[in-house]
Amino acid sequence: MKHTISILVENHAGVLARVSGLFARRAYNIDSLAVGVTADENVSRITIVADGDEHILEQILKQLNKLIDVIKVRAVNENELLTRELVLVKVNCTPAQRSELISIAKITEAKISDISVNTITLELSDYSNKIKTFEELLRPYGIKEIVRTGTVAIQRGSASLTI
Amino acid sequence: MTVAKAMVECLKAEGVRHVFGYPGAAICPFYDELIASDIEHILVRHEVNGGHAASGYARMTGKAGVCIATSGPGALNLITAIATAYMDSIPIVAITGQVNSDQIGRDVFQEADITGSAEPFVKHSYIVKDPKSICDTIKKAFYIAETGRPGPVLIDVPQDVQNMQCEFFYPDKVEIRSYKPTTEGNKLQIKRAAEAFAKAKRPLICAGGGVFLSNAKEELKELAHKCDMPVINTMMGISNIDMSDPLYFGMMGMHGVKPANYAASQCDLLILLGARMGDRAVTALGGLDETQIIHIDIDPAEIGKNVRVTTPVVGNIKTITQQLLEVVPEMKHKEWLDELNGVRNVERSVPEAKPGTVCPKLFIQELNKHIEKDAVIVADVGCNQIWTANNIRLTEGRFLTAGGMGTMGYSLPAAIGAKKACPGRQVVALCGDGSLQMQFMELATALQHGINVKLVVFVNNDLGMVRELQYRIYGREIAVDLTGSPCFDKIAEAYGIKAENVTDISQAGAAITNMLASEKPYLLQVFVDKEVKAII
Repeated sequence: MKHTISILVENHAGVLARVSGLFARRAYNIDSLAVGVTADENVSRITIVADGDEHILEQILKQLNKLIDVIKVRAVNENELLTRELVLVKVNCTPAQRSELISIAKITEAKISDISVNTITLELSDYSNKIKTFEELLRPYGIKEIVRTGTVAIQRGSASLTI
Repeated sequence: MTVAKAMVECLKAEGVRHVFGYPGAAICPFYDELIASDIEHILVRHEVNGGHAASGYARMTGKAGVCIATSGPGALNLITAIATAYMDSIPIVAITGQVNSDQIGRDVFQEADITGSAEPFVKHSYIVKDPKSICDTIKKAFYIAETGRPGPVLIDVPQDVQNMQCEFFYPDKVEIRSYKPTTEGNKLQIKRAAEAFAKAKRPLICAGGGVFLSNAKEELKELAHKCDMPVINTMMGISNIDMSDPLYFGMMGMHGVKPANYAASQCDLLILLGARMGDRAVTALGGLDETQIIHIDIDPAEIGKNVRVTTPVVGNIKTITQQLLEVVPEMKHKEWLDELNGVRNVERSVPEAKPGTVCPKLFIQELNKHIEKDAVIVADVGCNQIWTANNIRLTEGRFLTAGGMGTMGYSLPAAIGAKKACPGRQVVALCGDGSLQMQFMELATALQHGINVKLVVFVNNDLGMVRELQYRIYGREIAVDLTGSPCFDKIAEAYGIKAENVTDISQAGAAITNMLASEKPYLLQVFVDKEVKAII
């Protein structure tokens, strides 16, 4: 089962290594990871999507909490979360195919970020499954390159994770 | 003043009187300042033993032990000791030199990423790049090492930073916003625990190392007697209750004794008190589906990790035991105790020793008759550890061993640390001929610094516990024969340490008397037959 875990950490060198090292040495699987600074520049937020049963999730949260640099940890139910990934896809695109790809972009609400004689680069920010569908739609044209970020997540409604 | 001087001043302010270490280029500025202080430096003969000595010291004082090493290989040699302390929740502060800060990452001479390498085994670590942060860092290191669930903290200081200038100011206390250990038990959970106490017909307390770490020996005894509950130990808990107490039934687990394992398998309420229930202990708990389990631990991550729990209580063992004492009534469990005493009173036959050898059980029983009641006994790892754990009888004494990591070579350096911490108590290390050869360089440390530790080495010319395991699983042995080992009495003599051989149990009493009466380190070489098993 997938869990999205949000972690607030002190923003200094080596903290990411401590967090990722903990996952590695305790044999927890990381599906995706995203890091960035928060409104408070001394605090970073790490979002990890991890795989495991409830027992493993409980251990992950407890072990993360033990790291001195970890300020707060929270795992929120998927249906209470707003999640986003960003993907950049460079697709083969002959002049004849342009209008087809532009219409795919329109339907999926992707942005056309770059264009050349024989390629088009599309940008989409959406939740994981939508991005998967987007990729499938583009595959027949020939994907030259694809770059995806890890998932970032924020709680729906007024609840927030701050220190 | 220089950072190096500030480091020494910080240690003084922290009340540190002894440090265990091994110098090298990158830590020289610090050492040069150490000369001018009244902190005694004990020069170990291998960095790992500085770590183990700091561990033995910490376990006897309840304060963090300090060990020091230089950059690169010196620091790397410390890792096994750091990991050993981590597994057993022992507070140590390890200070390492690092190459100059502008050279870090260039693979210069004696450079190793020690904070990175030690990361899995430390409670926390620091690399000091800003000279202004040194005092605060050292204060935090001691605070983190000693509070909550104790553990090792590493401070890595580049050589150039040691020579930089800083202001000395040692803070009284530190605030770490992300580190707030729970001490008091949740009231509702205490109430639930008390309810489980009231319902139980066959309750059992399993007391672990946490009882020492929170200084809760008295509370444990009081709780056991008030509730008339039998007590068993994990390896790390041995000697946290007077072993002659009628409520005490020995060590549980894979290498434990029958009364303890019987109690663990038959109880209807198991109270885990500062015991993390490592896999070697858990083996005794097979099939306890109906048993209520109260797990009391300062580390929430230990609760529910290895053992199913019905009532978790997070906090300091001493505090929670006091909270429990306030709410539980006096109880009697005569039937249950009679049943356990029936198991305990079955006499086990002692294997007869072949000529020229001594049964280790009988030797340790003889040792029991001679040691003072507050003696400190340090067991190494292997058969010697199990023989000692199951046969030593301590009333007010202390048993030390590397329970979690099972690090061979722990006993002598840990004994040195323990003796430094409490010079008035007898300290006896017991090891095997395998483990002795991982640590006998430390005989020089004991001698040089006048540390009066006693060493008993059980010689069977074999790595006995591994051999036993090999025969059990594979039906044959490989690479456990220690042929080529020296006469350890001659080794001791070469160091200028008096040694005696014990080849028959009739010699044991006199040899032990001589050893304990001596005012210097002393070695007894006790010959044991290699067929003697770990559990006897």
